[in-house]
Amino acid sequence: MASENLTAGEYIKHHLGHLTVGEGFWAINIDTMAWSIGLGVVFLLIFLKAAKTATAGVPNGVQNFAEILVEFVDQQVKDSFHGRSKLIAPLALTIFVWVFLMNIVKLLPYDLFPMLANAVGIEYMRINPTSDINATFGMSIAVFLLIIFYSIKIKGFSGFGKEMIFTPFGKYLVPFNFIMKVVEELAKPVSLSLRLFGNMYAGGLIFTLIALVPWWIAWTVGLTWSLFKLLIITLQAFIFMMLTIVYLSMAHEDH
Amino acid sequence: MNMNLTLLGQMITFAMLVWVTMKYVWPPITKAMEERQAKIADGLAAAERGKHEQELAERRSKELLKEAKGDAAEIIAQAQKRSNEIIEEAKEAARAEGDRILTAAKAEIEQEANRAREQLRAQVVTLAVAGAGRILKREIDAKAHDDLLKDVIKQL
Repeated sequence: MASENLTAGEYIKHHLGHLTVGEGFWAINIDTMAWSIGLGVVFLLIFLKAAKTATAGVPNGVQNFAEILVEFVDQQVKDSFHGRSKLIAPLALTIFVWVFLMNIVKLLPYDLFPMLANAVGIEYMRINPTSDINATFGMSIAVFLLIIFYSIKIKGFSGFGKEMIFTPFGKYLVPFNFIMKVVEELAKPVSLSLRLFGNMYAGGLIFTLIALVPWWIAWTVGLTWSLFKLLIITLQAFIFMMLTIVYLSMAHEDH
Repeated sequence: MNMNLTLLGQMITFAMLVWVTMKYVWPPITKAMEERQAKIADGLAAAERGKHEQELAERRSKELLKEAKGDAAEIIAQAQKRSNEIIEEAKEAARAEGDRILTAAKAEIEQEANRAREQLRAQVVTLAVAGAGRILKREIDAKAHDDLLKDVIKQL
């Protein structure tokens, strides 16, 4: 619930603020960084434990869990990626689990962490890193760099250059082709990150609004939205992973 | 919503996570899974082989059983035959022995009878001579009428 001494507008604004250090572009969102690194560590701890105790015999609980995810991701990669790459399946696994974890912290009690942070004197605390556009762009730009890297590695510099200027309309529309291809390539990271960011940001905003309705009815909308959100969270993590695989698969294919 | 250094931080975090996953998480888990897959495949193959072998063994045991039953039946038949033979032989032997004993007894009886007859004959002769002697008193000389007496004895 909103604190009594805040207006609704102030409450929403408060929830959209980041814990930031620095000015302008050189600022860094401490809450996003801390939570994403923390959740990354959680992800690695679970999977490193599974990897350390991995046995070909009867698997235990953690290993079962890890194997289900690994097999799921591996299947997706095998289905849509036809090259051979040591990087792509672990990359997909990391994306899926990490994004999922960063999304699911959204379902933690909405006011709990900001309140705890306020209690120790921190004004802003947004625990959901994927509703920070920097986080989603960080990932999608890394994927974009990989796309460029593999395009050049597989097709060669000249092959990639030729693809950039001679497709899709042949050599008579070279400048037009180039503009089309640049837009096409740039659309990949932008759409990847904005899709995830938009979903999570909007979801978070709706949680903020739900927190503003009277307390005796808040749980009904809150529960409904949380359950719906659970679906979105998984779906968005899956979409981010799937599109990464598909984009990298496209980068590996010669036209 | 402003872009700032967080972007770079996220890229670095992401890259590190991917690197650790690629290096330390993915290979052991997939290796274990592949090994288990191979193990299960081996196990299934072994089970299949075992089943096949068991089938063979069952067939073989059935054959052996049949053979043994045949042998047993043959042995029983032979034994029966042999026992019959033995019984027959024993019967034969008993009959022969009986015959032999009977013959011996008969011979002995005959001998006995002959001897008794001889004795009787001698006594009759003696009695006859004594009787005749009494009747004829001294008129008949035993020495002179020996031929006659012997003739009488032969006729008795």
